[in-house]
Amino acid sequence: MSGFDRKIQRFLEVFINAGGYNKVLEGLQNTLLIAVLGLVIGIVVGTLIATVRVLPKYKRLPRILNGICSFYVGLFRGTPIVVQLLVFYYVLLPLMGLKMTSVAVSVVVFGLNSAAYISEIMRSGIQSVDPGQMEGGRAVGLSYGTTMMRIIIPQAVKNILPTLGNEFIALIKETSVVSFVGATDLYVAFNYIGSNSYEFMVPYLVMALIYIALVLIISMLVKAMERSLRKSDRSR
Amino acid sequence: MIEVVNLTKCFGDLQVLKGIDLTIEQGEKVVIIGPSGSGKSTLLRCLNCMEDPTSGQVLYHGVDLTDFKVDINEQRQKIGMVFQHFNLFNNKTVLENIMLAPVITQKKKMKKLRRQKDADAEIKTKAQIKADAKENALALLERIGLTDKADAYPSQLSGGQKQRVAIVRSLAMNPDVMLFDEPTSALDPEMVGEVLEVMKDLAKSGMTMVVVTHEMGFAREVGDRVIFMDEGKILEEGTPDEIFNHPKNPRLQEFLSKVL
Ligand SMILES: Nc1ncnc2c1ncn2[C@@H]1O[C@H](COP(=O)(O)OP(=O)(O)OP(=O)(O)O)[C@@H](O)[C@H]1O
Ligand SMILES: [Mg+2]
Repeated sequence: MSGFDRKIQRFLEVFINAGGYNKVLEGLQNTLLIAVLGLVIGIVVGTLIATVRVLPKYKRLPRILNGICSFYVGLFRGTPIVVQLLVFYYVLLPLMGLKMTSVAVSVVVFGLNSAAYISEIMRSGIQSVDPGQMEGGRAVGLSYGTTMMRIIIPQAVKNILPTLGNEFIALIKETSVVSFVGATDLYVAFNYIGSNSYEFMVPYLVMALIYIALVLIISMLVKAMERSLRKSDRSR
Repeated sequence: MIEVVNLTKCFGDLQVLKGIDLTIEQGEKVVIIGPSGSGKSTLLRCLNCMEDPTSGQVLYHGVDLTDFKVDINEQRQKIGMVFQHFNLFNNKTVLENIMLAPVITQKKKMKKLRRQKDADAEIKTKAQIKADAKENALALLERIGLTDKADAYPSQLSGGQKQRVAIVRSLAMNPDVMLFDEPTSALDPEMVGEVLEVMKDLAKSGMTMVVVTHEMGFAREVGDRVIFMDEGKILEEGTPDEIFNHPKNPRLQEFLSKVL
């Protein structure tokens, strides 16, 4: 075990003395930032897309919008996220003459990507709400949009909350590719420690443990949220 | 008040309504009966354009509801509708269910008035609108004896309670007419009475009502006019006495022999 002890020693040296912990904090911050903001963008855009996709289709405008949305969803679900990141950063940004930090790009791409997945989750959530709820709203003179916003979507969100939790966990895991466009995430931070201590076993082990801890914490939060929602369903 | 002119409705190839003409006067209680699948619900749902008629007209106070240029939401605020399965908003409390539509539509109206800068118009603040709606909602709950359920969610109510709340949710918009589609069919037998009681009170208060029902007792007692439908057509109509005691159409005679 003395070999392993020495490895830990080397890890701690770089982690504490050579500023490794700063890198790790930065990486953790970016990982969470990209995942959380990505989820928020994903929920907002995804809900919009889902709303378009469940629109009644006998008029032309909904049909066109629906076509655009299903193209969008197909595009983002049909290509690897790494490719989306690279294309956005190295192709689209230069073409449009824009400058963005790699973290900002990651937030946008992960947001747009998760929007595609969340729109499908949200769509099935909306479709799982009893159609009578829409009828009830329309019958008292509320518009389609108002009924959607005030009655249908809140119930849909409640139905899909566990699935949204899983989507968040998937996002956290997938952010480990943002180093492709130069963003510092947990992987980059521990890679830095590894390169500087010439020793990769402990850094990557710690990295794995941090990911596991993150996922466990989020699962617990989602469970707690579900439980409190279910409670408000029965009593109160 | 409502005038239906040569109304037809198709679902794909299936013609469900085959030319309906019907006039409903202010304060009248019209009961629609007929076998399952005869198009009763479809006719009722065409009256407030929950289903868009395939052809024909539905005139409400002279306004043609089938005209796409008509603001159907505004018209529906004055046409209450009660469903077989209640359709209360599951994510709202009883009080919120009743207040939601009045508050939203009042707010919209105030916004419009404010834009018009009409000096005579009474402009209410949001807080006032809410307070008024709440007072009205509580009065309605009192009327059906469910004040203590104001903060309950629909999932905590019995079927009969749900339907009574659904009725006053419609009444909260001060409609001129109320449409009922088999309001007691989904209820346990012991709860039918409480809902019919609320409907009878409503009838006494002078409300115009169109009721699709299998409750022949209610039709006899409350109806001014009974309409018998079969296969998308009105085959016979008349007073309860004419329909139930002296039916002429053989199909109606057959129908009555089954249900009475
Ligand atoms: N949305 C729809 N799409 C297709 N067919 C429909 C639709 N709604 C009703 N129908 C059909 O139209 C016919 C008439 O239905 P409707 O619900 O009006 O009958 P009803 O007289 O109310 O019957 P019940 O007493 O069973 O409620 C039925 O054959 C039904 O299958
Ligand atoms: Mg029916």
